[in-house]
Amino acid sequence: MAAHLSYGRVNLNVLREAVRRELREFLDKCAGSKAIVWDEYLTGPFGLIAQYSLLKEHEVEKMFTLKGSRLPAADVKNIIFFVRPRLELMDIIAENVLSEDRRGPARDFHILFVPRRSLLCEQRLKDLGVLGSFIHREEYSLDLIPFDGDLLSMESEGAFKECYLDGDQTSLYHAAKGLMTLQALYGTIPQIFGKGECARQVANMMIRMKREFTGSQNSVFPVFDNLLLLDRNVDLLTPLATQLTYEGLIDEIYGIQNSYVKLPPEKFVPKKQGDSGKELPTEAKKLQLNSAEELYAEIRDKNFNAVGSVLSKKAKIISAAFEERHNAKTVGEIKQFVSQLPHMQAARGSLANHTSIAELIKDVTTSEDFFDKLTVEQEFMSGIDTDKVNNYIEDCIAQKHPLIKVLRLVCLQSVCNSGLKQKVLDYYKREVLQTYGYEHILTLHNLEKAGLLKPQTGGRNSYPTIRKTLRLWMDDVNEQNPTDISYVYSGYAPLSVRLAQLLSRPGWRSIEEVLRILPGPHFEERQPLPTGLQKKRQPGENRVTLVFFLGGVTFAEIAALRFLSQLEDGGTEYVIATTKLMNGNSWMEALMEKPF
Amino acid sequence: MNRTKGDEEEYWNSSKFKAFTFDDEDDELSQLKESKRAVNSLRDFVDDDDDDELERVSWSGEPVGSISWSIKETAGHSGSTHEGREQLKSRNSFSSYAQLPKPSSTYSLSSFFRGRTRPGSFQSLSDALSDTPAKSYAPELGRPKGEYRDYSNDWSPSDTVRRLRKGKVCSLERFRSLQDKLQLLEEAESMHDGNVITAVLIFLKRTLSKEILFRELEVRQVALRHLIHFLKEIGDQKLLIDLFRFLDRTEELALSHYREHLNIQDPEKRKEFLKTCISLPFSAEDSAHIQDHYTLLERQIIIEANDRHLESAGQTEIFRKHPRKASILNMPLVTTLFYSCFYHYAEAEGTFSSPINLKKTFKIPDKQYVLTALAARAKLRAWHDVDALFTTKNWLGYTKKRAPIGFHRVVEILHKNSAPVQILQEYVNLVEDVDTKLNLATKFKCHDVVIDTCRDLKDRQQLLAYRSKVDKGSAEEEKIDAILSSLQIRWKN
Repeated sequence: MAAHLSYGRVNLNVLREAVRRELREFLDKCAGSKAIVWDEYLTGPFGLIAQYSLLKEHEVEKMFTLKGSRLPAADVKNIIFFVRPRLELMDIIAENVLSEDRRGPARDFHILFVPRRSLLCEQRLKDLGVLGSFIHREEYSLDLIPFDGDLLSMESEGAFKECYLDGDQTSLYHAAKGLMTLQALYGTIPQIFGKGECARQVANMMIRMKREFTGSQNSVFPVFDNLLLLDRNVDLLTPLATQLTYEGLIDEIYGIQNSYVKLPPEKFVPKKQGDSGKELPTEAKKLQLNSAEELYAEIRDKNFNAVGSVLSKKAKIISAAFEERHNAKTVGEIKQFVSQLPHMQAARGSLANHTSIAELIKDVTTSEDFFDKLTVEQEFMSGIDTDKVNNYIEDCIAQKHPLIKVLRLVCLQSVCNSGLKQKVLDYYKREVLQTYGYEHILTLHNLEKAGLLKPQTGGRNSYPTIRKTLRLWMDDVNEQNPTDISYVYSGYAPLSVRLAQLLSRPGWRSIEEVLRILPGPHFEERQPLPTGLQKKRQPGENRVTLVFFLGGVTFAEIAALRFLSQLEDGGTEYVIATTKLMNGNSWMEALMEKPF
Repeated sequence: MNRTKGDEEEYWNSSKFKAFTFDDEDDELSQLKESKRAVNSLRDFVDDDDDDELERVSWSGEPVGSISWSIKETAGHSGSTHEGREQLKSRNSFSSYAQLPKPSSTYSLSSFFRGRTRPGSFQSLSDALSDTPAKSYAPELGRPKGEYRDYSNDWSPSDTVRRLRKGKVCSLERFRSLQDKLQLLEEAESMHDGNVITAVLIFLKRTLSKEILFRELEVRQVALRHLIHFLKEIGDQKLLIDLFRFLDRTEELALSHYREHLNIQDPEKRKEFLKTCISLPFSAEDSAHIQDHYTLLERQIIIEANDRHLESAGQTEIFRKHPRKASILNMPLVTTLFYSCFYHYAEAEGTFSSPINLKKTFKIPDKQYVLTALAARAKLRAWHDVDALFTTKNWLGYTKKRAPIGFHRVVEILHKNSAPVQILQEYVNLVEDVDTKLNLATKFKCHDVVIDTCRDLKDRQQLLAYRSKVDKGSAEEEKIDAILSSLQIRWKN
């Protein structure tokens, strides 16, 4: 059912099966028929590990979305709440439980906290007088969810804000726990590298957790050679820039949620004869995007400028394949053609979808405003005019473009200038507050606290040094047949991925100076292996490195790492894990201050 | 961008700036079209049977059988529509098809974190911890809930914290001395488990005096951050502000207090609340903004009451012709200025709702003011006001046109508000830079400006090229022909 998870170097289906089994075990503990009440946020991540059929096999008969007041009627023995440990959800659950009709048949209540039980939440339930109503209060450690053959995410949207603004390390604790689970399944990872304060914390937690479990030797042969822990705040720049890979642009423009994207339906209406009278659908078209789809796996990581030619080539191949039917003369040939039909039809459907998506994206990327925005971004990233008020940003504010877009640009300028001159910063601030509302002063403070928007201190701009040493700006970029990771942003090489690349070859010792400029410590830890488990690498065999982005990762960065994996003489294959799949928009959104 | 021409040339041609365009004519667009065509032609060939096994997705794209789809399905609202029935049909076929493979792995996650309750001697991680090997560390299910509560009284702080971390409910009450409590906190801190840290903090908050709690946390930064986060979460604003005051973190105190206004819906109450924020210890910059925020809302309340009255009375033309779409309360300053330029443009400076008054009160820069006023007056098609906005008189009484935002911007805004060509033309002509002028004139079809500019530039080629763009037999064409045949002009090409 999730074959694409096992395509990669590391079979992530093992993890998926493990979490599925855990889910079954919990369901079986609540004997009898059941209804699940869902925290809506969780349905997306759960959808990646289980389908309704699995729940049904374990007597789940009804499913509802968590809402206030009374629960819908359901003739079941058990009511199970699947929720994140959040206080506001506890209030709703309490309301549900308290308004339960006492004349009806008694039903058993249970709570499954995902990914963790929370004493704070249980305290709240106790305060509301309902804690005793629950027979089972359990946790389901869905820390790392497999998204694709080489991709894991915790889908914790608040992780960046909690770590870097609130100083709450709970999500780091979950990351460490997730890594322990991975090690239990895939063996101890012998070497840990890291850069950043949070990376240091996670490594410490892992080492501590391992120490607590001494006595039990992990006897699984190690699959991963290295773990690289990276703080998002080591590279604040990359997510601010507009991603220019196919998948990155889909995410920038439409937002990919749990590997699904919702698209305007008009482009996806199949043209059939005789149903011209049919109304156009108004509901968005939802598509799943992962490597299970052959075509998508091929084009997702390409620069968007290289996608059109692939699509047209595919179209020719498929056309030719369908034409084959004229050549099929004998029964055997016809039979063979027919047997290939399902595959061809799938390929055709896939091509149709991606042609439509590419058209939708093209409408955006060819617009004048997109061009102007990109020009400004590229100026900033290559170090031009970062120290004065930018005309385009000014125009965007004057024309009241979305605040998120404005903030992304201003932050980008600030990061590329190691902070803005006080005068420039004050000017932007005033413009933003007057145009979008004074209450955004709170958001601006959050951005400042996260280091995204700040006054330049000491009057020195260290970005040029970083840019030059790490070769973040490449003038000769080949979008069609890339030779460097900088193709994912048409010129800018993501700093985070450059660090990963340089770690594998020639090692971080060559960039000590830059590492000192970037925030947080860099370190290396070894986890000794018993001799029997030590790997003897065959000549030519690639190492496997797990790169864990603490605070989020973008699709463009993932694409860049996949590009490195595929390099013939790269020597390293990457598996990517993160607290959240994100882009500049969702990032800014998470940092904006909203009413309680 | 104040680049010289040479710079500009280099700027556009240098490879540094990758425009996101598709290079040549044989470009993506045509390629996309091609694949689209191919796809469409294929559709005719293959019978498009949506119910076949490829399309196991309902129209909304929810894969049939997925959890989010099933919530709708089992909630029992669908099934009445055609689509619902179709979903049902395909789901039934699906569930029989989808015989789930039995897991190949016998190691479940829980087996790693539980004692040796499972057959097979897989060494579990928690073995190391277990004093009695058969004991389970996760709360056992299937037992009465009372049973996994612990009443044992002899756990040390470190044992207790470890048990808390495993999700066991255990009483903290017996840690009575300050020393014990602090040890408990330190143990929790060293685990980095926010859940446990918070649990201990709840206990400390309940059992310690505020002063002692604050004093001890001041030297324990991790716990302190968690307490702040926790207080924000539960909305204990009072204690939070006390804490910030104690820590002398004045700016955070101010921001935290100010933040509360977001939750006050009633405009009068919100205004009163904002008033209490003015004296808070913000930075000098922010302080001015907060003051402005208060003043703005105060204004808006007055304007709103007045205008609502005017509108409902139905005597004022502007409100009759252009009914208000929404209340002005809580709108940003620039929006308020636009509103006032729209409904109250001619008012004397003395009234609260006059644009000039707003400009002065909030020190709105000229540029901002002109932009907003222009947009508002253009929307009302009050071209006379637009004209006046850019007309200045010098001391001799001569008038001159001047725009602090540059006339190219004026033209763009006028065009956006669909100004007639005569008006556009007038402002295009005022654009100083000749290239920009020519571009704008071409873009907005101000033929006369294009023709005259070409003539002034003595650019015969460009004029010839433009001739093909104007309508045949039009006055413009005649004008171009007349110029082209003129012997007075010395063409440069």
